[in-house]
Amino acid sequence: MGISRISGLAAAIFLATAIGPAHAAGKPSDAQIAHIAYTGGSIDIKNAKLALTKSKNADVRAFANDMVRDHTAVNDKALALVKKLHVTPEDNATSKSLVKQQDEERAKLSKLSGAAFDKAYIDNEVAFHKTVIGALVTTLIPSAQNAELKNLLQTGVKIFQGHEQHAEQLASSLK
Amino acid sequence: MRAAMLCSVAVLLLQIAGAQVGIAGEVVQVKINDLAFSPVDITVKAGDTIEWVNNDFVDHTATATKGGNWDIMIVAGQSAQQQMTKTGTIKYFSRFHPDMTGTIYVVND
Repeated sequence: MGISRISGLAAAIFLATAIGPAHAAGKPSDAQIAHIAYTGGSIDIKNAKLALTKSKNADVRAFANDMVRDHTAVNDKALALVKKLHVTPEDNATSKSLVKQQDEERAKLSKLSGAAFDKAYIDNEVAFHKTVIGALVTTLIPSAQNAELKNLLQTGVKIFQGHEQHAEQLASSLK
Repeated sequence: MRAAMLCSVAVLLLQIAGAQVGIAGEVVQVKINDLAFSPVDITVKAGDTIEWVNNDFVDHTATATKGGNWDIMIVAGQSAQQQMTKTGTIKYFSRFHPDMTGTIYVVND
């Protein structure tokens, strides 16, 4: 098991723990759920933009472009929905933890280059998507009160599952 | 005058007959909903055109991987077309979402 794989697993455990407190303290509100979902998308766009500045691998760059395109589309849809519902996304401990953990991850990634960067970036994408999907399925979707928000999150899960599978295929090819 | 009128009637009858038997050159739709092509497998005649209708809010592509050589961008909420010129089996997928796959069987008219 390589360092980047351990880092990916650590990220998954950290994020699972981070999402726990909001759930333990009671179900997150729709305003908090919207904030967490939007934050997750924004983080992945930042990760992808870093990959686009550092990677020369065509497959990794194509994946990063896919992440920018899809997460921008999901976040645009989420913004339009909260506007329509007159909901103001509310920052919360889970969103803060996600940002902190992935800021640290990007700081580590930025020190890598070449194949080492590609592998660490993709491993982190597998772990990050796995954790976000887990949080959506177990906590965020069941807690969402508004039907349109719930529906958007469910579509998001399908999109992110595709991302995770794509990242796993790439991770295998980068070994 | 009479000859021209007869000619017009004949053309009209031919057009109706053509529509009834489904002549080659039709536009056949494949819908995209929730990250899936529908139908996944489709049979068309050589000369027909596939129109992919993207009902998702994310972009997709229809990219031939076997039996064809095309890569069609299908923007979110829009549609895109590709004519099937030769008979055969074409496998395709969405480059942006590789788990989205489909097959087109192109048969003789």
